[in-house]
Amino acid sequence: MESKLEKKEFNITVYTENQVGLLSRIAIIFSRRKLNIESLNTSPSEVESIHRFNIVINETEEVVRKVARQLEKQVEVLKVYYNTNEDVIWQELALYKVPTEIIAEHVSVERLLREYGARAVVIRKDYTVFETTGHREETDALVVVLQQYGLIEFVRSARVAIIKASDGFHTKLKQFENREPGEPAAENEYLNNGDKVFTM
Amino acid sequence: MQQKDALLMSSEEETATTVEQLKGSEILLNGLIAEGVDTIFGYPGGAIMPIYDALYDYQDRLKHILVRHEQGATHAAQGYARTSGKVGVVFATSGPGATNLITGLADAQIDSTPMVCITGQVFAHLLGTDAFQETDVINITTPVTKWNYQVTDASEIAEVLAKAFHIAKTGRPGPVLIDITKNAQIQLTAYHGYKKCNHIRSYRPTPIVRNSYIEQAAALINEAKKPFILFGQGVLLGNAEQEFKAFVEKTGIPAAWTILGAGAIPTDHPLNVGMLGMHGNYGPNVLTNECDVLIAIGMRFDDRVTGRLDKYAKQAKVIHLDIDPAEIDKNVKAHVPVWGDCKETLPLLTALVKENKHEEWLAKFNNYSKEEFAQCIDAEINPQSGELTMGEVINQLNQLTNGDAIIVTDVGQHQMVACRYAKFNHTRSNITSGGLGTMGFALPAAIGAKFGAPEKTVVAVIGDGGFQMTLQELGTIMQSGIDVKIMILNNQFLGMVRQWQELFHDRRYSFVDITSPDFVALAKSYYIDGKKISERAELKDALKTMLDHKGSYLLEVMVTKENNVFPMVPQGCSVSEIRLK
Repeated sequence: MESKLEKKEFNITVYTENQVGLLSRIAIIFSRRKLNIESLNTSPSEVESIHRFNIVINETEEVVRKVARQLEKQVEVLKVYYNTNEDVIWQELALYKVPTEIIAEHVSVERLLREYGARAVVIRKDYTVFETTGHREETDALVVVLQQYGLIEFVRSARVAIIKASDGFHTKLKQFENREPGEPAAENEYLNNGDKVFTM
Repeated sequence: MQQKDALLMSSEEETATTVEQLKGSEILLNGLIAEGVDTIFGYPGGAIMPIYDALYDYQDRLKHILVRHEQGATHAAQGYARTSGKVGVVFATSGPGATNLITGLADAQIDSTPMVCITGQVFAHLLGTDAFQETDVINITTPVTKWNYQVTDASEIAEVLAKAFHIAKTGRPGPVLIDITKNAQIQLTAYHGYKKCNHIRSYRPTPIVRNSYIEQAAALINEAKKPFILFGQGVLLGNAEQEFKAFVEKTGIPAAWTILGAGAIPTDHPLNVGMLGMHGNYGPNVLTNECDVLIAIGMRFDDRVTGRLDKYAKQAKVIHLDIDPAEIDKNVKAHVPVWGDCKETLPLLTALVKENKHEEWLAKFNNYSKEEFAQCIDAEINPQSGELTMGEVINQLNQLTNGDAIIVTDVGQHQMVACRYAKFNHTRSNITSGGLGTMGFALPAAIGAKFGAPEKTVVAVIGDGGFQMTLQELGTIMQSGIDVKIMILNNQFLGMVRQWQELFHDRRYSFVDITSPDFVALAKSYYIDGKKISERAELKDALKTMLDHKGSYLLEVMVTKENNVFPMVPQGCSVSEIRLK
């Protein structure tokens, strides 16, 4: 119970139709409760025509559960899952632009980059762009290091996350397409398994 | 019409195919007819002119009521939807026409009223250019609609309209808005007929009922010593009044209603123990914190119903029947959530529960009721001296209508008094703005209510403040010739705010002293008859005159100025801390 009241990072995965205006409909569910979205990514999903939002917020499970239900209530939202960081494989991508002149002079940079798993995307006379993917702490750590070498620009992408326990959306979609969904389509994991899973 | 279309068809299309070519605006109107729409509340303007032009030829099949302000159209459509059970339809133009819909949309959203609003929009090529009367209606209305969509091509109209009606009326109903650019209204496109929508893959309006939870709920109910039913508008929206009555009568469980649930079973039913919440009845509030099983049916535990949540029914096991999964556990944790349409779940539950009578438990409610009558109700509805009270006006009205009228109320003290004391023999008879608390709701809603239930007497009970918010709709009454009885309970104050200022702000009456025009003269200027009274001796006859009058009538009743609505659960208090004075 205590853990439910403790704020932590949750990864919300939203499967939706691809429709203009849906992003704002989803965003206002958070802003209405004055919740800050830490990260938001929209992309295609494993199923053609179905979009997938990855949203990260720092909140209590109780609030996340309510938000998830209100998201799932939207007409064009098919399904919402929420997971802790332990339940997902996640990555963020970061780009760093540094002056070539400076880094070329510092041999240690090469070692640093190897340490941080970065790779060069572009090398020009005036600047070089490195890329790294990983968790927040990893991409952040490289920023700190590169600051010393005249970091010109830094940008990090939204988080993308794969749910460890998910079987994907193909079978689920078939259930949604059934006009007369049978009993198996009407899974209420929440009712079966009250505290663990949200789904409708 | 076909002749006209033939003329508009290019010769190539004419010879190549027999597919009918129609303008977007005509497809829209055909769709409305196919959906069974008979009445539209609206107001024309630049961006919706092609639709109004088409409407000119459809007047024999679609009745259009010209309102005086678009907000009035939304409330009228709400009133229509609430009394008829059908979807209310609104037309408005772009820009200001559309922004004027917001209050009504928000009201319909929070009170789950099925409504389809059609707004005109500037030409598609002008979108985003700050064109004349352009406003981003889709984004403005997103938080206050169940669904909305912008149409920019005539070929989308039929499908989008069908989707709109399906969404508005299924599951937990709500308002839907379709914004149609002017070019799409004018554009000719192939029309393959109108197909109603009954499935959207991403939309699951009705959760599948799980028997194991019905069984758990039944077991709890069968073991309960002090079970208590709370019912809301879900019973009405699900057309489940019969199923609900059967459940209540078989189990013998006392049942109390939320403001929007009023009338689901008759006021005088022996198991109807009264209203819940801030100004509800004594017993239902106090005994919420004494019951052992709380059965909530089609209600959402609004804060005005629950009072302080951490002291709300903590001793009880909660069974929550609702069609909207987002309502389960939102405010009050449910031990047994029964997701589904109560029309479906209630009979399943009734089949599993034992026949029972909870005489001792019911007697407790009746004892509280007697105490409430002695301490507050009697003086309110049967005062022997002094100025008229709102309660006695409603009580007298009950005697003349026998509880068969539709009562439409505005927001404030008169609303609480009317809901507390009006008698409802029939469902869909209490039309009020519940969740949003929209002052100005009653007059336009009463117009719609009468169109939705023309055989009924419709009485709009309105305060002097609220009436002045939408009184322009007297013009709609005048022009449409609709028969609405308007009863203004004038206490010369914004009464509910004044009551709070008296009780919680040291009687610092900050801007609640409101003056009024001569309402009767105002009505007369719209050719509506009326009368103003202030004496007890005149009350019965004046009400009778109003009810017997052929056509609309305005009765202004001067009531005592500084009367308070009691009982009351003060904000931040538990329901069991309800005050009788």
